Amino acid sequence: MSEKVGVYICHCGSNIAGTVDVEELSHWAENTLPDVTVARNYKFMCSSLGQEMIQKDIQELGLTRVVVAACSPHLHEPTFRNACQQAGLNPYLFEMVSIREQVSWVTADKQLAAQKAKGLISGAVRRVVHHQPLNPIVVDIDPNVLIVGGGIAGIQAALEIADSGHHAYLVERQPSIGGHMAQFDKTFPTLDCSACILTPKMFAVGQHPNITLMTWSDVEKVDGFVGNFTVQVRKRARKVNTELCNGCMFCMEKCPKKVIDTEFEVGLTTRKAIYTPFAQAIPKYPVIDVENCTYYKKGTCKACEKFCPTGAIDFDQPDEIVKLKVGSIILATGYDLFDARRIPEYGYGRLPNVVTNLEFERMTNVSGPTNGQVVLKDGVSQPQAVAVLHCVGSRDKNYNNYCSAICCMQSLKFAHLVHEKTGATVYNFYIDMRTPAKSYDEFYQRVLAEGAIFVRGKVADITEVARTPEEEGKLVVQFFDTLDCSQRRIPVDMVILSAGLVARKDNDKVAKIFGVSRGADGWLIERHPKLDPVATMTDGVFIAGCAQGPKDIPASVSQGAAAAARVIGLIDRAQVTLEPIRARVDALRCSGCRICVTQCPFNAITFDEGLGVSMVNEAVCQGCGTCIPACPAGAISGTHFSNEQILAQIEGILQVGVRPAQVEVE
Amino acid sequence: MPENHKPRFGMYWAAGCGGCEIAVINIHEKLLDVDANFTPVFWPVALDAKYADVEGMPDGYIDLCFFNGAIRSDENAEMARLLRRKSGILVAFGACASEGGIPSLGNIGSAQEIIDTAFSTISTDNPLGLRPQPHYAAPEGELHLPRLSASVRALDQVVPVDYFMPGCPPESSQIEAVVELAIQAFKGQASLPPPGSVIGAGNSTVCDECPRIRTDKTIHAIKRMATFQPNLTDCLLEQGLLCAGAATRSGCQARCPQANAPCSGCYGPAVQGSEQGVRFLTAIASVTAGNTHEEAALVLDQIVDPLGTFYRYGLAHSLMHRARPQPERRDE
Amino acid sequence: MTEKSEFEPLIVGFTCNWCSYRAADGAGMARIKYSPNVRLIRLMCSGRLDPMFVLKALAEGADGVLVSGCHPGDCHYVEQNYKAIRRFDLLKKVLAELGIEEGRVRLIWASAAEGLLLAKEIDKMVAEIRQLGPLNWKNIAWPVELDDEPAGVQIQPEFKAGGIHA
Repeated sequence: MSEKVGVYICHCGSNIAGTVDVEELSHWAENTLPDVTVARNYKFMCSSLGQEMIQKDIQELGLTRVVVAACSPHLHEPTFRNACQQAGLNPYLFEMVSIREQVSWVTADKQLAAQKAKGLISGAVRRVVHHQPLNPIVVDIDPNVLIVGGGIAGIQAALEIADSGHHAYLVERQPSIGGHMAQFDKTFPTLDCSACILTPKMFAVGQHPNITLMTWSDVEKVDGFVGNFTVQVRKRARKVNTELCNGCMFCMEKCPKKVIDTEFEVGLTTRKAIYTPFAQAIPKYPVIDVENCTYYKKGTCKACEKFCPTGAIDFDQPDEIVKLKVGSIILATGYDLFDARRIPEYGYGRLPNVVTNLEFERMTNVSGPTNGQVVLKDGVSQPQAVAVLHCVGSRDKNYNNYCSAICCMQSLKFAHLVHEKTGATVYNFYIDMRTPAKSYDEFYQRVLAEGAIFVRGKVADITEVARTPEEEGKLVVQFFDTLDCSQRRIPVDMVILSAGLVARKDNDKVAKIFGVSRGADGWLIERHPKLDPVATMTDGVFIAGCAQGPKDIPASVSQGAAAAARVIGLIDRAQVTLEPIRARVDALRCSGCRICVTQCPFNAITFDEGLGVSMVNEAVCQGCGTCIPACPAGAISGTHFSNEQILAQIEGILQVGVRPAQVEVE
Repeated sequence: MPENHKPRFGMYWAAGCGGCEIAVINIHEKLLDVDANFTPVFWPVALDAKYADVEGMPDGYIDLCFFNGAIRSDENAEMARLLRRKSGILVAFGACASEGGIPSLGNIGSAQEIIDTAFSTISTDNPLGLRPQPHYAAPEGELHLPRLSASVRALDQVVPVDYFMPGCPPESSQIEAVVELAIQAFKGQASLPPPGSVIGAGNSTVCDECPRIRTDKTIHAIKRMATFQPNLTDCLLEQGLLCAGAATRSGCQARCPQANAPCSGCYGPAVQGSEQGVRFLTAIASVTAGNTHEEAALVLDQIVDPLGTFYRYGLAHSLMHRARPQPERRDE
Repeated sequence: MTEKSEFEPLIVGFTCNWCSYRAADGAGMARIKYSPNVRLIRLMCSGRLDPMFVLKALAEGADGVLVSGCHPGDCHYVEQNYKAIRRFDLLKKVLAELGIEEGRVRLIWASAAEGLLLAKEIDKMVAEIRQLGPLNWKNIAWPVELDDEPAGVQIQPEFKAGGIHA
């Protein structure tokens, strides 16, 4: 029984019809191509009239396959699939080719354009005949949620999900939630105290009955698929029994061992070997740094144990492995700071008084190492002139090509704080001023009014080598002033580097564990950069906050909330349908060579020792098709991108030459 | 189908090595069943006959004909066509007839190169540089000798074939089974598979019959038989030998892997009509190490003669069929 | 020869759905004009590319084959383009032994934002194959044999003059 194919060619106004003779094209398709029952052309196939045209033919002519030649399938494939389905034809018995983006818009010669359109349509008609009806795969959704990362994005997501009545696990690697936001002093543009707006949310997370908080923990392994993930979490041993600890912090007071705090205080001061990262830590339970604790290194001390009023110290406490069952996952793992040491000409790590943005945040923070004073490394003197460098490691082909989104506003904030606290002259060295969001530009104007000096030019060098008496004992900023068109030098006392945001060092491992991809810069990739920024290619795994790319706090909060909304939607639907483009193993053909098993990065292929064959988990399979060519026995086939379909498409394409004279049709 | 007569049997060798004939002899006592149930009417290795005898037979006279060897010369092609006309059931017997076999590696070069190599190697005593001539005026009359075709072909690339028996040679136990099936079928007590099928073989791959232990694979280095001694228990592919077993049809009981040699693929593709060479090479490339062109080359460059390795038996049957003839050697 | 100057290569292209097909769409949206010799086939991933597709295209009339996927490290399915690299490179070795010129089969990477790059690569490839001439594999690989019976049983089509004289 041969198929009855309907071919529909869109004019797209004059977008296609202006270059390709659509009348001739449909005439050709109807009279030349095999299995074509009818071929029509219409001004706008995606319109309701266009779709009704197809539906009428399906019903009256008994079409069994439909081909549409129009714009890109990325735009309207769902539209036409839906139209077919409404008319009673399985939506996967449909094929679409682009003769707009790929022909009329890119070809000058009309004849050659027509040939290319014919070649593509011929391929599509030959292919569609081999399409099979497919039904979407339905899976149940476990209502529990896993959120990885307790920064502001993760916190927001957790609260939204918990407030909606669903349960979330929040796993955080540090001893406390809060992320980088906990380190900041004031936040732009409102100059809210960061801790003041953050800690109520942190507290709410700690208290919420619907949130299970696991700090000092890592996700080690994820198995399963959307709606049905099994997650293995290692709860590292705090060496403190949280059932007994009452948060009195006596242990921290009594601990004699000081360790440089490289995490929260960015190396500016010390903490104890038993510690909470900051005073408002949630949870309040301290952890013991076993690398530096005297007991673990020498077997002595134990001061914390001696002085703990509730006997909560447990030196032998083991790590705990827990297995969680969740239906959705939100990755909110945040960012690392660009290592300014990579730009040696700025002197970071070599010259005193060259500090990074995070170091400066700690400095101006009242609970920081200088009690909020902006002082030089001597701890006493205030700077009289401060340089703030924008774009350190960002917008730079040598380091990171992208813009880190927050540094201009942050640099303006620093200018304001320096001015407020010291009255020093502030120079901001910028390339462009990026102040796009609400009240951002007004903040810029305010800082301008406060007298900050803005120099447009990338700084070439920060040096202690003086050329003039004025430069003695100063840090000299050497730069090209692009507005003035001159090389200049300005002596300052302190330099603040607005180091850019970079993807977490271990994003490659994180991506592998959760089955998501990273971009060239290491940030986790969203499903669509404009239209789907919080979903990923892996169903059920979402991303939020800086894990997806540099952004400010409002944007991180928005994404956390957006991811939460997507997850809540999933849970409410209780089931999700997956595109049925999947691989299948024919168990009768499989002889158990196991070559396919390593082909799947999603671990959708497993080998059944008992049966001696490989199997594809349809719900985990993402439909990439990589395992199909790998099978030397030809036992793996793929729906909707089968060998028969693609080989037929190749044959169809080769039937039409590039030039009209070369047309050979069977 | 034979009616009212003892079934007639024929076996002919074209461009082959004789191994298929020996494999048939190797069915030992079963030969007596062949003798009891068939009348051989044309079998050059066993009986005297002339081509004229075959030409004189009525069409379809030979009820069952085993044709082994590839089509390398115009004589092979002529006999293929003749035997097709004169046979009821024509079986492409062995790898050469089924898919071209080792002789089809001649498609990498040209017939001229083969002649030159055969007649001009340093071990050949041919001081006058003689070459075989297609025509020779002997005192007795003009002789016409077979000429090499430009390309080697499998039997089904010259005539329609009823059944394919793969193997280089087909396993004698399989030959026994096919002979028995034919005997029963000619008696009307068994039915033959649909025309065009593969017979005398399994429906899976050699891995199915191989007792070695298989785990998930990543190949970091390619080993060669001449310089590497594999262990007896683990999958040969995992040990780095280019074992074609996963891409080869079953039926041979994995004789070679069990003798510590990698399967060379003589039973042809696992699925009839698929191209064994591309399946084998894709499987290998899928599991070798390397994420960049440079890293991949470290392993893949260790494969000596990829074309000969992956297409050892099936070059004639492959999509490309042969290597591009060199212009200076092409006869126009 | 006049034939060669009129020759327009016919190239079959395979693009991955996420990056390279979108790159082609992007070239369209930017109205970039490029050689119309490539007909693209959409695959979900460059990892779906079976070397058999390349052989099929070449054997049955294509003058060249272009394969394009996401940049290594950016594969939408994490790491499948690495397999594409290895399979392609091994296939290239076989193609070289078959006498197929380097420039006829190419593997490139084009992200969704690189429409211009894709267009330029296509133009480059078309120009190169125009120089190489038609591949015409059907007529090369099936030379007419001396034994060819014009009215007899033929399995393969389109035999042409050939043969060897020793």
